[in-house]
Amino acid sequence: MVKIHERKFVSADPDKCVGCQVCEYICSWEKEKAFNPLKSRIRVVRLNPLVNLSLTCRLCEEPPCVAACPRDALTQSEETGLIMVDEDKCNGCGWCIEACDYGAISLHPEKKVVFVCDLCKDKGEPQCVKWCPEEALDLVTADVLAQKSRISATRKLFQEALKVTPAT
Amino acid sequence: MYGYAGRILHVDLTTGKTHTEPLNEDYAKKYIGGIGLGMRLWLDHSKPGVDPFSPENPLILTTGPTSGTVWPTGGNGHAFVSKSPQSYGVGESKSHGSFGTELKRAGYDAVIFKGKAEKPVYVWIDDDSVQILDASHLWGKSPAETEDAIKEELGDFYIRVAAIGPAGEKLVRIACIINEKTRAAGRTGMGAVMGSKNLKAIAVRGTNDVRVAKPDEFMEFVKEFHERMKGPATKKYRTLGTPENVLVHNALQCMPTRNYNNAAFEGAEKVSGEALNERYVAKIIGCSSCAMRCEHICVVQEGPYKGAMARVEYEPLWALGPYCGIDRLDAIIKASELCNYYGVDSISAGVIVGFAMDCYENGILTEKDTDGIEARFGNHEALVKLLEKMGKREGIGDILAEGVKIAAEKIGKGADKLAQHIKGVEVTGYDLRCLKTAALGFAVSFRGADHNRHGAYAFDVKGKVNRLKAERGRGKMVKDIEDVYTVIDSMIVCKFSRGTYYKEFEDLAKLYTLVTGFETTPEEIRLKGERINNLARLFNIREGLGRKDDTLPYKVMHMPVPDEGPSKGAYVSQEELDLLLDDYYEARGWTEEGIPTIEKLKELGMDDLIHIVEGKIKEA
Repeated sequence: MVKIHERKFVSADPDKCVGCQVCEYICSWEKEKAFNPLKSRIRVVRLNPLVNLSLTCRLCEEPPCVAACPRDALTQSEETGLIMVDEDKCNGCGWCIEACDYGAISLHPEKKVVFVCDLCKDKGEPQCVKWCPEEALDLVTADVLAQKSRISATRKLFQEALKVTPAT
Repeated sequence: MYGYAGRILHVDLTTGKTHTEPLNEDYAKKYIGGIGLGMRLWLDHSKPGVDPFSPENPLILTTGPTSGTVWPTGGNGHAFVSKSPQSYGVGESKSHGSFGTELKRAGYDAVIFKGKAEKPVYVWIDDDSVQILDASHLWGKSPAETEDAIKEELGDFYIRVAAIGPAGEKLVRIACIINEKTRAAGRTGMGAVMGSKNLKAIAVRGTNDVRVAKPDEFMEFVKEFHERMKGPATKKYRTLGTPENVLVHNALQCMPTRNYNNAAFEGAEKVSGEALNERYVAKIIGCSSCAMRCEHICVVQEGPYKGAMARVEYEPLWALGPYCGIDRLDAIIKASELCNYYGVDSISAGVIVGFAMDCYENGILTEKDTDGIEARFGNHEALVKLLEKMGKREGIGDILAEGVKIAAEKIGKGADKLAQHIKGVEVTGYDLRCLKTAALGFAVSFRGADHNRHGAYAFDVKGKVNRLKAERGRGKMVKDIEDVYTVIDSMIVCKFSRGTYYKEFEDLAKLYTLVTGFETTPEEIRLKGERINNLARLFNIREGLGRKDDTLPYKVMHMPVPDEGPSKGAYVSQEELDLLLDDYYEARGWTEEGIPTIEKLKELGMDDLIHIVEGKIKEA
């Protein structure tokens, strides 16, 4: 049976992200009642002033973090795709951190177990998306991301034509 | 304590010893943090008359109570305070980015650097661990190169670094301290003080939580300010940015051009904010915790300066452009990049080049003096070459590196009449001849010529007063806005966000209360602002500055605006300046000599500093 992907995750638009770290502060505040980027589930990378991006868990289809855990501490929810950490089993070995291509898993500075984005499921929506001042963060499915890219690529190809076409 | 980390770090670079002490709560309440706390600590840790380059001149680094929180623009600031090698009075400069947040998380409200290291060093503050490490391999590198090298050798991408460039090492008096590659604590030569201590960089990693006293109410207030920051108060900064001023100032004829030979620039259209945004702005980025964003990152795509990248604001654009008669944005961006590379204040750098060009045009400097550089107004190649020479203290650059005041003394031949500075600090992009409220603000500014100590230009530019007239009442206007600005710089929130504090002291008092838990009324926060201005005045008085130094550059007082138009003929006479100063001192409750009275200091709870004015106040 063919089915549209429903799994949503937080993704930053690199054109809009300005590297302001508001998402980091909001995340650490929401989840830990602390202002501390080390306790944020989303982290900002600024390679140079022009290249800024926030990264967090992308809810991979075949999550390497789950596969890498030698203690079966990590599982993925079949329903939502969220990565769940069993804090009793996790010993902070860091295999999952190494396995994640996006640096979306971190070791908690105090609890010494790993933690990862849960889309603020208690709140109903990711708070970083809600607070992002640039509207650079979005809760999206892979299909929506593909659509966005197609539209932006087409816009670039038809820049001239769009200038003389009435806005739609 | 909430908001505050509650700790001060002492680093003695001579002995290599470090220790911490608790933050004095009385100081926190009286002087807030930032420049207020910094100036107070400087007074406590120095002797009167200390030479700015002496190991005995402490360099103070501070954060504010909001640093490290999500407070929009407030979470990210830090300040440097010391005795300025330009004014020989208050040196202070703020910067934003992420460096201040890291220092707060490391657990410090202030760091006091004393002494002088034997060899080049950098200080590595890793929470409680403080190490003084060898920096011989970093000597000669730019701040950006230094930052990359330190992150690499300490092995953490998220370490924050503030560093000096080659100019700071060579005690160029306009040297700045740059963090995160493009952010500068620019004015008053703090980078030269750092260089005099053989201190190349400060690297910080902080892992602690930052806590506020009333978190839920605080987050509500944050939310409200996020909304305000999307509104009209910040629109300018989010769109064209401060370079919007180019055409505005030009139309009012208040944009000093060619070292104050004119008040408007025929090439303004070519270097306007509009032109900059259309052709060069590649991205607008933001500081940590900011909800607006203002940093217009510009890239040159073609031509002789291809590849140059810098953040551009009105002031450096003006100084490196119109002030030198230069109408090419690509050259201005390249020049800004060079200022960042060498680590110099780009405002002062442009004013110094404009001064050198004026000397050249008037035959005071010749090609022989400039090593063959044809330093005429408008010559962008000369701008680039002179900046390089200044950054390296090479040839004529060795003299220019002293700043216009000292350079003019060394050059002689009447060059002092071309040196546009106040208290040794170069002027900024407001023509004081035709902005008379600003003229007063600049004259009394405790860190020398500067628009950021008062913002008094706004009354003139926005037409709230007759800008061509000096009259009573301006003293109170300048005093009132100065008191807001010292609070802003002590809390360390960004001046670009000042318009979002709709209720000014009421909003600032609420913020301070929610963060620190010290219940504070609007009147009390205003009083802190006034106290910090008096503190700065005491700093300057102790170091020998007074009414004689509250003056204006030669051309402002002797060379009326020549251009046809609304400002033609304007200048500030000695009578007008005296009237403005008298009015201001009266509004401040100071003597005619500009000394805070004992009554005033008692009223402000500054009894412990009365000794500074004792014997200096003439009996009535």
